[in-house]
Amino acid sequence: MNAPAISVRGIARDFQAGQQVIRVLHGIDLDVRPGELTYLVGESGSGKTTLISIMCGILFPTEGAVEVFGTDIYALSDRALVDFRLRNIGFIFQQYNLIPTIDAASNAAVPLIAQGMDRLAARDRAREIMHALNIADQADKLPSQLSGGQQQRVAIARALVHRPRLVVCDEPTAALDAGSGRRVMDLLREVAVAEDRSVIIVTHDNRIFDLADRILILEDGRITHDGTSVPAEGTSQ
Amino acid sequence: MLTGDRQKFFGLVFGIAFSTLLITQQLTIFVNLLERGASGVYNVDAADVWVMDRVSRTTDVNFPMPSTALDRVRSVPGVAWAVPHLRAGASVRTKEGDLEGVSVIGVDDTTLIGLPKGMMEGSRAVLEQPDTVVIDDVGATRMFSAGDNPIGERLELNDQRAVVRGIADAMPSFTSQVTLYTTYSQALNYVPGTRNRMSFVLARSAQGISPAELTQRIEAETGLRARTREQFAQDGIDFIIENTGIPLNFGITVVLGFVVGVAIVGLTFSLFIRDNIKQFGALKAIGVRNGKLARMVAAQAGLVGMIGYGLGVVGTVAFIWGFSANPTFKGFYIPWQVPLLSLAAVAIIISLTGWLALRNVFKTEPAAVFR
Repeated sequence: MNAPAISVRGIARDFQAGQQVIRVLHGIDLDVRPGELTYLVGESGSGKTTLISIMCGILFPTEGAVEVFGTDIYALSDRALVDFRLRNIGFIFQQYNLIPTIDAASNAAVPLIAQGMDRLAARDRAREIMHALNIADQADKLPSQLSGGQQQRVAIARALVHRPRLVVCDEPTAALDAGSGRRVMDLLREVAVAEDRSVIIVTHDNRIFDLADRILILEDGRITHDGTSVPAEGTSQ
Repeated sequence: MLTGDRQKFFGLVFGIAFSTLLITQQLTIFVNLLERGASGVYNVDAADVWVMDRVSRTTDVNFPMPSTALDRVRSVPGVAWAVPHLRAGASVRTKEGDLEGVSVIGVDDTTLIGLPKGMMEGSRAVLEQPDTVVIDDVGATRMFSAGDNPIGERLELNDQRAVVRGIADAMPSFTSQVTLYTTYSQALNYVPGTRNRMSFVLARSAQGISPAELTQRIEAETGLRARTREQFAQDGIDFIIENTGIPLNFGITVVLGFVVGVAIVGLTFSLFIRDNIKQFGALKAIGVRNGKLARMVAAQAGLVGMIGYGLGVVGTVAFIWGFSANPTFKGFYIPWQVPLLSLAAVAIIISLTGWLALRNVFKTEPAAVFR
């Protein structure tokens, strides 16, 4: 069996709310294997956003450790952690968060440019990914000139352009109808899932549960289900 | 990001351009007005030493000396030549019957030292004719209507007849008062007064002695006050700074220009950051460091700043050029230090407002992008 891509041990996270300290994650242990499409499912307030933030190195845990491809990411310096994210993790945000004033190719090339690659070379690489996503002809358009679906594909291109080993995706189908949602998930499965890469998707869209390799259900800061499908009663909203 | 948002781009360019225009234009007018305090000195370029009573302060604030002072100065070793110079106020009744306050300047009868070198109309030699006065060009526009030729006009100067026979190309005084040049002996007739009426002795240092050394010698041997040309010009400027509200008024306007720049640019910057905070958060999550984000914004803000600054300076040049024919602005120029000062102001505005706006980006947690 492969070594886990992500190893989460004893993760807890507290938030201060006025005088009160609220614990939103309670000692989570979890391994995510490479080549898997993993869903993180749970109701609002269940802690899934906090967990995914900790797993991808953008939110420090109160307790516990996270190893991503063998690196204890919270043992790294701030600078090294930022650099680790830049080289190893791809992000697809729910709102896409494309930069509105630069074209699609430049948006998709952002991680490479941030790594120091020449802008033109980065755009060329971005165009290759965009070609695979069938949006190469939109490369020179501004985000405002693209449809929602096209913007999402640009966001996917941005997440994959630097060939990360972990892709984190936040509610990719939340704003889409059933057909579009499935097409996006098919696309993600086709271009993102690879033998040496893990893809974690935060969702509560039960219409796409059948596409997951693994589904983790989070309730009140604890993993209550870990399987290839949802339990009989379901956890859909 | 910044340059791609047209509204904010033009807002920033306008803010910087307006601020630069206000600062550069006001400082330019201020400096030129201050220099008018030294115009009486600048108009006499032959003399490098001015000698006066110990209480005299500027060309216009002077206390007359006895005529013997001229010989005392001439007797000081190192004085190449020395001539008398009279400056006094008088009243003129114009052809229309209006009363106009004027400055009467009596220049040396023989050498005409004290009369500006350039003449707009007539020659310097006209002063050899009796009852002659030469009027300064800016004064001529004040005293005579447009289209009227002042040459040959008769004036009633302190109850005496004076005929305008020339127009001098002179730097106007701080108050732009009409100036009438005449010979020293003629000026004594025009300006009634006390026993002592010689305002200054204009002198030239001989070869081998500096004006500064000569002033020390003159002061030591005559007990009079002696100033080099540069020192006396500075005295005139300092007098305006110390005795008028002009520095304060212009200073307030310059500060307002700065504040307006900070307000417009700061507001536009903060709107830009607020509108793009999610994008900045996303970039931080992806792995773009604060330093890189700051450099990215700084580069674009710098570009916007340079465009705005350039427009502001061009606006000032256009203003000065556009008003160059107006006598009030005669001889106005933009000292090289003024654009540098406004450039520094623009740099401070951009840095200060950019830094304040970017603090929100620096404080934004990358995890906020998932919320």
